[in-house]
Amino acid sequence: MSRPTPRALRTTANTVGVIAFLVAAFPVYWMVNSSFLARNEIRSPTPTWVPFGGDLDNYRTVFGTDQFLDALKVSLMVTGLTIAVALLFAFVAAVAVSRFRFRGRLSFVVTLLVIQMIPVEGLFISQYKMLEAMDLLNTVVGLTLVYVAGVLPFTIWTLRGFVAGVPYELEEAAMMDGCSRPQAFFRVTLPLLAPGLVATGVFGFIQAWNEFTLALVVMTREDQRTLPLWLSTFTDVNRGTDWGGIMAGSTLIAVPVIIFFLVVQGRMVSGLTSGAVKG
Amino acid sequence: MSRTLSDVEHRPVTDVPHGPAPRRTRTSPLPYALLVPAVLALALALGYPLVRQVVLSFQDFGLAQQFGRPPDWIGLDNYRELVTDGYLWRVTARSIAFCLVNAALTMAIGVGLALLMRHMSRGVRLLVQTGLLLAWAMPVVASLTVWQWLFDTQYGVVNHVLTGLGLDYEGHGWLLRPLSFFFVATVIVVWMSVPFVAFTVYAALTQLPEELVEAAEIDGAGAGSRFRHVVLPTIRPVLLVVGLLQVIWDLRVFTQIYILQEAGGSARDTNLLGTYIYRLGIGGGEFGMSAAVAIFMLALTVVLTAPYVRAMLRQEGET
Repeated sequence: MSRPTPRALRTTANTVGVIAFLVAAFPVYWMVNSSFLARNEIRSPTPTWVPFGGDLDNYRTVFGTDQFLDALKVSLMVTGLTIAVALLFAFVAAVAVSRFRFRGRLSFVVTLLVIQMIPVEGLFISQYKMLEAMDLLNTVVGLTLVYVAGVLPFTIWTLRGFVAGVPYELEEAAMMDGCSRPQAFFRVTLPLLAPGLVATGVFGFIQAWNEFTLALVVMTREDQRTLPLWLSTFTDVNRGTDWGGIMAGSTLIAVPVIIFFLVVQGRMVSGLTSGAVKG
Repeated sequence: MSRTLSDVEHRPVTDVPHGPAPRRTRTSPLPYALLVPAVLALALALGYPLVRQVVLSFQDFGLAQQFGRPPDWIGLDNYRELVTDGYLWRVTARSIAFCLVNAALTMAIGVGLALLMRHMSRGVRLLVQTGLLLAWAMPVVASLTVWQWLFDTQYGVVNHVLTGLGLDYEGHGWLLRPLSFFFVATVIVVWMSVPFVAFTVYAALTQLPEELVEAAEIDGAGAGSRFRHVVLPTIRPVLLVVGLLQVIWDLRVFTQIYILQEAGGSARDTNLLGTYIYRLGIGGGEFGMSAAVAIFMLALTVVLTAPYVRAMLRQEGET
């Protein structure tokens, strides 16, 4: 990038850049802005562009509704369980794939990539029928089951790289110094894998926390809704929609994701390009 | 800690001294045992439903069966009925058109931004990246509610601004007509998808050897031919992967369409394959038929992505 950019090109690029920033960021700004506004400011012919004199009433309303608290509870349970199970299963599988040579290893890895290409929308009908037969509709366990299968391929794929990145010689050296194999593994290898576990755990969080389609299919009962479902039923065509409340709810859901997203951003870019993520 | 992170992250798998498997040359049952939990979970939640779905698509499975009557085996009848149903083809054509338009727009805007990002001042580039990151990180349902609010008939900012520009958009209902409905859906989908393309392609462009571009310029290559002969070959592998993912994602688009339909669009006039499957099966109880549409959709995904996959495989073979 040493070559100087011509003036005209730079001006054009900068202008496009500012426009792109405005288009990309405005909806996010508008969400936060509207979440502070009172009903009469929201329902006014002229929009309020900056939330001067705004307050937290919308947030108080959201936290005051049982539906939100129920949905928060369900979302936290499903997300937590999904991360825990997926990390455990993916971790042992990643160890197998990157630490051992065995027949079927390559086909397993290729199968993971192929599974990534299957659209959920092409399978949810039979997943619904299966969970119905197992009596797992409207249960945290049922939704977790399909979520785990959704995030497993990417998690195994990514952890595989991390495990392979820890030289086996380190473990051998520890064993030479008198550690048993499990000791060597837990004291030497596992700590080195912490960043990988955090990155894939965060990925699992974002997926499970945001997911809408399968939640809509599996959680048909109102008291079993996840947060995205709760948010989507907030809009009401017939009674005037409480946009301030919805924006407060949206902000509450978005903030943890945005924070976590910034944590793993680099990994998302490289992981996605290796073709190993569902959107 | 941070040193460890980058060390581990940036070392490709193949850099491991003795290949991927330094331990155990003879076959041991341990690796298979370690794979059991993952394989079981995938087989139960994806494998079994896939088989079940194929079976279901050959059965007459409607509301009566839902209440306990055993399903009848009807062979290809579901497929025959679908193929002769004009509506399925309308939905399919709509889905393919939506997918191609959205994927093309996303790629064009994303790649364009990535190319321009190299010529922006540092500050502006940082600004763009911040904005894109925010849009990318927004949960899909949250961004849908915001866009609905922006396009709101009565108090939406879009109508306000357009009216301010002297256009007749006061009280304009954006979701009422199918074309306008898909316009809104396209804006939302492209807005959400561009950041990924822009970031990925920009990352690929930073790998571009600058001397090569300079040499081409000295040899008198114009901007167009520099792009075609120098820049494009470098980023082609990334473009292929990103393009493939866009096609897959835009063909299966569900959440955006479903939520906009609930917000006031006419479902029948705006169904794409995903929402059609949902409304047919879970909404209407026609499980056999919707399973057949789902199988059709899976097949369509394979067909639409086949050229990309072949190109990717060829590229893999060249290197």
